[in-house]
Amino acid sequence: LADAGFVLTFPAWIDTIWVSSQLNAAVCWRGSLKRFTFLNYRHFYRAMSPSVPLQEMIRAIRSARTQCEERGVIQRECAAIRAQFRQTDNGGRSHNLAKLLYVHMLGYPAHFGQMECVRMIGSSRYSEKRVGYLGAMMLLDEKQDASLLITNSIKNDLSHSNQHVQSLALCTLACMGSAEMCRDLAPEINRLLRSSNSYIKKKAALCAVHIVRKVQDLGELFVPSAHSLLSEKNHGVLHGTVVLITELCERSPEALERFRKTVPDLVQIMKGLVISGYSPDHDVAGVSDPFLQVRILRLLRILGRNNEAASDAMNDLLAQVATNTDSTKTVGNAVLYETVLTVLDIKSESGLRVLAVNILGRFLLNNDRNIRYIAMTSLQKIVATDHNAVQRHRGTIVDCLKDQDASVKRRALELSLALVSASNIRSMMKELLIFLSSCPPELRAQAASGIFNAAERYAPSQRWHIDTILHVLTTAGGDVRDETVPNLIQLITNTSELHCYTVHKLYRALLTDISQQPLVQVACWCIGEYGDLLLKGECQETEAVQVTEDDVLDALEIVLQSHMSTPTTRGFALTATMKLSTRITDNVDRIRSIVSIYGSCIDVELQQRAVEYNALFKKYDHMRAAVLERMPVIQKNSLGQTNGEVSEETIKETQLAKVRLDETPQQPAGQVCDLLDLLGGSQEPLQPCSLLGDPALSQPTTALTSAGGDLLDLLGGLEPTPLTPAPTVTVYEKNGVTLTLSCEQQSDSGLTITLTASNSTDSDISSFTLQAAVPKSVQLQMRSPSRDSLPARGAAKLTQLVVLNNPNKVNLKMRIRVSYTSQGSVIQDTVQVDSFPGLSAAGL
Amino acid sequence: MMRFLLLFSRQGRLRLQKWFTAMSEREKKKIMREMTTMVLARPPRTCNFLQWKDLKIVYKRYASLYFCLGVEDEENELLALEIIHRYVELLDKYFGNVCELDIIFNFEKAYFILDEFLMGGEIQETSKQIVNRAIESSDMLQETMEEYMSKPAF
Repeated sequence: LADAGFVLTFPAWIDTIWVSSQLNAAVCWRGSLKRFTFLNYRHFYRAMSPSVPLQEMIRAIRSARTQCEERGVIQRECAAIRAQFRQTDNGGRSHNLAKLLYVHMLGYPAHFGQMECVRMIGSSRYSEKRVGYLGAMMLLDEKQDASLLITNSIKNDLSHSNQHVQSLALCTLACMGSAEMCRDLAPEINRLLRSSNSYIKKKAALCAVHIVRKVQDLGELFVPSAHSLLSEKNHGVLHGTVVLITELCERSPEALERFRKTVPDLVQIMKGLVISGYSPDHDVAGVSDPFLQVRILRLLRILGRNNEAASDAMNDLLAQVATNTDSTKTVGNAVLYETVLTVLDIKSESGLRVLAVNILGRFLLNNDRNIRYIAMTSLQKIVATDHNAVQRHRGTIVDCLKDQDASVKRRALELSLALVSASNIRSMMKELLIFLSSCPPELRAQAASGIFNAAERYAPSQRWHIDTILHVLTTAGGDVRDETVPNLIQLITNTSELHCYTVHKLYRALLTDISQQPLVQVACWCIGEYGDLLLKGECQETEAVQVTEDDVLDALEIVLQSHMSTPTTRGFALTATMKLSTRITDNVDRIRSIVSIYGSCIDVELQQRAVEYNALFKKYDHMRAAVLERMPVIQKNSLGQTNGEVSEETIKETQLAKVRLDETPQQPAGQVCDLLDLLGGSQEPLQPCSLLGDPALSQPTTALTSAGGDLLDLLGGLEPTPLTPAPTVTVYEKNGVTLTLSCEQQSDSGLTITLTASNSTDSDISSFTLQAAVPKSVQLQMRSPSRDSLPARGAAKLTQLVVLNNPNKVNLKMRIRVSYTSQGSVIQDTVQVDSFPGLSAAGL
Repeated sequence: MMRFLLLFSRQGRLRLQKWFTAMSEREKKKIMREMTTMVLARPPRTCNFLQWKDLKIVYKRYASLYFCLGVEDEENELLALEIIHRYVELLDKYFGNVCELDIIFNFEKAYFILDEFLMGGEIQETSKQIVNRAIESSDMLQETMEEYMSKPAF
């Protein structure tokens, strides 16, 4: 080579070469690998490549010992590069740009290289074009002005005589082509799709994919070419074609219809891949071109979705792939995984579905963690539809809760929660509680709320329910959601036979640990309410323990004074102390002194309470007993949703709140809207108002911070008259979305309707809105909904109040429009309600 | 589609970055930082998949280099592992027992190879031999041009 006039330089790791002229070979010793490597022409070519100046610079940068030194080296180099750029032409232009790109990769600014990229792309030398295009892809993006300048070069290079130059242009277009460039060059790309050169065709196909992503309307242009390319034999072209067709079908229903006819062709291609013998070009561990197989399976999924005929056509093939693919290596499992996803998504026959779920079951037992993880992800998707099939694997899934890997744990948790049912609730809860005590902190909140939901739905007994909740509060009390406290309190009041047991347990928990705020709050509330039961000592369900009045007051005072207690908690404790004044006999003076001390507390809320309680002692002592008496049983409004009517405070507070409520601004006036308007859509239909939020159980409102303050809104829309259970009726049930309605007559002409929505599908619903229309003379006011999304599987419900006034006493009808987004598509539906439960025929 | 491919060392130094969607420099830097922190924090013997925002992150360590691929939700994670492996094989064939230093000193070659294998966030060529041959012939084109340019005139 030296004789032929080449200047030889070698990379740093070659220090000695042994040459054998007889073998016509050269080897060198690689110290880092402790072996000899045969040198081939590639090593020499690399040495001869124009990268030597680049490598010297890299070496210089790497030998810098500190960040500061490195910066110095780079500044010098950049200055030199800038100087070089200004020179008109020199042989080393590509080196300089390459150096700049390296510097850019280290994180230093390189924008002064943008114009150089443009110049290099316009050069006629291939080496310069190559680096120029690379620079363009790294330094330019569609937001830079310089990117427009290369459009012309790309256009020219697309029709260059040399395929490598064409390839550079295609690659760059597919990487950073802006929408204008795409529009400009789409016809050219379409032409290249019909070229005779497979190398160019496959790149053009992926270019077309990029164009369709950027400018959806251009998709139509490529449909005929895509169709004809399906008969290609070259795998690269075929792969690009399948990707293009997938993209077209995902974006256009017409394209989807048209390409559905290609299902038989796709099935043929797949069969060829699966059955054919060993093909060295495309074989990966015994699977023939797994990349192409997976892409075809994905396309089949899109084509077979919601279409019986297409699904039938691919049934046999899917069964064949599922049974014949070797599952010992990852690559085979990748194909099986895609097959399972396809089977479960199309309208496959039940035998095939069972096969698919069984494959997932096998995956669950695989030693490879990755496989277990994806098995659980897939099972999660089908747990709603194929519940029984997934239940069979419950044992393995629960075992995965104990896996070391946090990702696997998370999946196992979600799946376990989905598998809880009435029959397995006890055993599952045991496992879940064990999990909760040792689970990673990022999963605690999810686990706790999942447990609460499960307990609420399937509790075998009330005592079990209370025990479970208490267990969660002691284990993970810091991570539970805010609405847990009112929910639990409501549950406790409703279980009157267990009041004694509950208060004893809570008291004991309070003595052990006062750091978990939700637990402390509930405990304080219960002690305040049921302190007399606590003091009585005896209890059926648990061993009796003697508790004196001083003990109880001590416990509450510790909470009041502890720095661990939040202001909310201290509020609870103070109120509880006050309530005890009617339930204990000896230590009322102590309570009086506590209350008066807090009359000068810095915390405004506490001070206010203390002052009011003081007033109760002084001026309203005759009312004290009545005010502080036991709370009535709190009714749930509808279907397990408390709708925030839980009041943790005394009745006196509710009266106070009523006063405050009258002063607060009411919700903005609703619009009068009649049935015709809603139909015609000419007027702006009712917008759900969003000012003062409802006591959204999961939505923090800006105006209210503490739980005590929620009282202002808790009674919004409903006067504190005796709460009688309102009958509910289901007015809408479709696609897993259920809407129920209950109403309550407030006055002669006034009526309050509560709409409750829930979502039993296994995908979340967002942007859920309700609009209502009533006959002309009826006045309608929509209050804010409690939330605007419906999480999957009924994890939370949405409630919205509608206040009606029917002074003319016309026959009441209501049309409700439901609108929401599910799985990316917007769904609207209207339902008419003609009869309202709870309205007597003689009344409204 | 794939959104990005990052290669970084155990110390978090970036060796290669390929972005398949348009993003500002700030966003790219932010993502790089998050990826390196997340992936380097993973204990050994955990699964190779992570959920990050709306993307799946598939990563694999080869000697001292981490290969980190960010893919969209419909992508097959197991196949993504195969994609990473295929790229490593291509590098290995080209450089001959590739190691991190090869990628540092010849980063532009690593990009050229990547651009023959992937394009626009999708796989471009499924056959190893065809990719190798394409690289070889473009290298040949470059060298013959260089040779032509630098040969002294007689």
